[in-house]
Amino acid sequence: MSESIQPAAETPTAAKPDFKPDYNYKIVKQFTIMTVVWGVVGMAVGVLIAAQLAWPQLNFDLPWISFGRLRPLHTNAVIFAFGGCALFACSLFVVQRTCQTRLISDRLASFVFWGWQLVILLAAISLPLGYTSGKEYAELEWPIDILITIVWVGYAIVFFGTIVKRRTSHIYVANWFFGAFIITVAVLHIVNSMAIPVTATKSYSVFAGTIDAMVQWWYGHNAVGFFLTAGFLGIMYYFVPKQAERPVYSYRLSIVHFWALISIYIWAGPHHLHYTALPDWAQSLGMIMSLILLAPSWGGMINGIMTLSGAWNKLRTDPVLRFLIVSLSFYGMSTFEGPMMSIKSVNALSHYTDWTIGHVHSGALGWVAMVSIGAVYHLVPVIFAQPAMYSVAWINIHFWLSTIGTVLYISSMWVNGLMQGLMWRAYNADGTLTYSFIESVQASYPGYVCRFIGGAIFFAGMVLMAYNVWKTITQPSDQGASRLDNTYTKPAAQGV
Amino acid sequence: MSNFWSFWIISLTVLTLVGTIWLLFANRKSSYRSSQNGLNQAGEPPTTGHSHDGIEEYDNPLPAWWLNLFLGTILFSVIYLILFPGLGSFPGLLEWTQEKSWQSAVDTAERQFQQQFKALSQTSIAELAQNKEAMRMGQRLFANNCAACHGSNARGAVGFPNLTDDAWLWGGSAEAIKTSIADGRTGSMPAWGSILNDEQITQVTDYVVSLSSTENTSESTEGKTVFQTYCAACHGAEGQGMTALGAPDLTDTVWLYGGNPEAVRASIEFGRSGKMPAHKPLISAEKIHILSAYVYSLSN
Repeated sequence: MSESIQPAAETPTAAKPDFKPDYNYKIVKQFTIMTVVWGVVGMAVGVLIAAQLAWPQLNFDLPWISFGRLRPLHTNAVIFAFGGCALFACSLFVVQRTCQTRLISDRLASFVFWGWQLVILLAAISLPLGYTSGKEYAELEWPIDILITIVWVGYAIVFFGTIVKRRTSHIYVANWFFGAFIITVAVLHIVNSMAIPVTATKSYSVFAGTIDAMVQWWYGHNAVGFFLTAGFLGIMYYFVPKQAERPVYSYRLSIVHFWALISIYIWAGPHHLHYTALPDWAQSLGMIMSLILLAPSWGGMINGIMTLSGAWNKLRTDPVLRFLIVSLSFYGMSTFEGPMMSIKSVNALSHYTDWTIGHVHSGALGWVAMVSIGAVYHLVPVIFAQPAMYSVAWINIHFWLSTIGTVLYISSMWVNGLMQGLMWRAYNADGTLTYSFIESVQASYPGYVCRFIGGAIFFAGMVLMAYNVWKTITQPSDQGASRLDNTYTKPAAQGV
Repeated sequence: MSNFWSFWIISLTVLTLVGTIWLLFANRKSSYRSSQNGLNQAGEPPTTGHSHDGIEEYDNPLPAWWLNLFLGTILFSVIYLILFPGLGSFPGLLEWTQEKSWQSAVDTAERQFQQQFKALSQTSIAELAQNKEAMRMGQRLFANNCAACHGSNARGAVGFPNLTDDAWLWGGSAEAIKTSIADGRTGSMPAWGSILNDEQITQVTDYVVSLSSTENTSESTEGKTVFQTYCAACHGAEGQGMTALGAPDLTDTVWLYGGNPEAVRASIEFGRSGKMPAHKPLISAEKIHILSAYVYSLSN
């Protein structure tokens, strides 16, 4: 069994010498490029709105660029444009490679790409113009919602169709996660977006009151659970072992944490509605399921990080691997923080404060963005038939910009959040509140400036990445199409 | 909640928890283990034998600390669901509800702080305004209840009166202030755009602006005629206002909605309505008393 620890890139082709992979890399290229483009755009908007919170004059009294309209643009751009394109690129790459077969339909794949870009374009136009359904992370109005549904069905057909005609006996764990993500996001999107249209640009939710709030947060939290967690765990399960050239730590852990994660995550939504009109029983169930979620969430982190055991030295030389492993650390940290914040008495302090924003960004920047960045750096040389990224030194710089930016961002929001929570509940000897709301806003100012700086640093890294990717793609390819199926060339071989 | 839905919730919850525990124990034993201590001849854990695009999978056992953490959170949850509401309509052994918990916190606070406020509410407003300790309390009450509209320094904003000057829409006496806070006020300037023609509006605007102007502007007699006909009933013949109606004095330099000709014209043409909400339903009578003294102290 000793061959099992060999870097096994040749195993599949060795087993089937006549097998010539003919993967659809065009779709992967398209989505990878757009991942980088939307990453830069979405984070630029993020930096702008962070600056607006510190310096409100930057709203310029123009409705189209006011914070209230740009904030949903930022969240939609980073989650669904940047994160979405990363998921499409990686899932369509991984499903072909691990099933050893080409996508079932190039035309349908192409439709998914252009359809998704159209959704993003329509979001970028309609949100600044003020069209919104008012549901967080589901602001887009009903015609766009229908377009999303159609594109998503196309995606599901391409993905699952490719699984069906796979040439391998087993379905790789990454594909389980992608599959769960695709099915659940479809259900969440359709149920939460159900609305009665009034005009082409205005609709009203079919749910009302507390039920509407519960459906919204059932959607909202599982957008985090299935889009930003399950989907990106799929990315992790391919790119970490591939980049580390090590077997996945534990197959059994994959099974257990996969099924536990998807069956428990779906319950966690009510923790967004603690101490509201939501009935007590629903709040309690939301809280305990969020707590139980800690272990299944950590299962993914353990499996990712422990995959590196015996090859820790690679972290010294390979900044791509560093991106992937640090993203798992942030993942572990925010999936610890989340269950803690769902405990009602902790939530009573943290709810409605900047702590929530910090928590979201330790997941969004530290986990989602960094694992995507790592995957893109792995993908680009492979799909564009290049020996390596144009500059590995720049990847290293990018790594430090991302890490420092994320840490600055989340620690300033922790400080702000704790301070706001404590200021709001502080009272005097006579029972009156010690601080007025505006005083807590005033006290938050240094944190807002710090957050802006952290965000700007992270954004600078994204710009560097875009340039690096551009230089990689446009440099003359010395090995041509023959490298198509080769694995990533390790930076060590490039003299770094 | 009907019995059906209660049963539904309990079933799904129990099924999820039991299913999770089954999942954990069902996967403790390896189906691939090749030797007693779980390692092969090379000292490596066994693999599953699958290879996906070159990626293999070890068959390592579930880490014990992780398994215990998992079971620990489930155990905590089961205890929690026995004590607190969660399983459908079962209220939990503690019979805890968020409403009861809120009510008991409010009652405790009432008991704890009532005495202080009671003592101060015996003193008259004018006297209380001299009491430093009471005014500190008043300032905090103001910051929590009034500052959102009137500003934390009580200097107001467009549409929200400045409370630090001597101009009072509804009167600045201690009693008038207390009534304004407790019962609220609704100020209403009717829209004259449909009654007066454009020329008349221009004339009366010029006249109103001239009332408070320090420069000796040419006073328009037509404007004065319009004013006497339509405006004097509330604002008085001299434009000095009427506190009984909340009609502002137009001869001073204090303007709630702006004193430039455009703003004055807009007030006349489209009307204005202001609303000070009644605070009797929101805060106790003792707190209103202290708050009145604080607002009184700002201009006295």
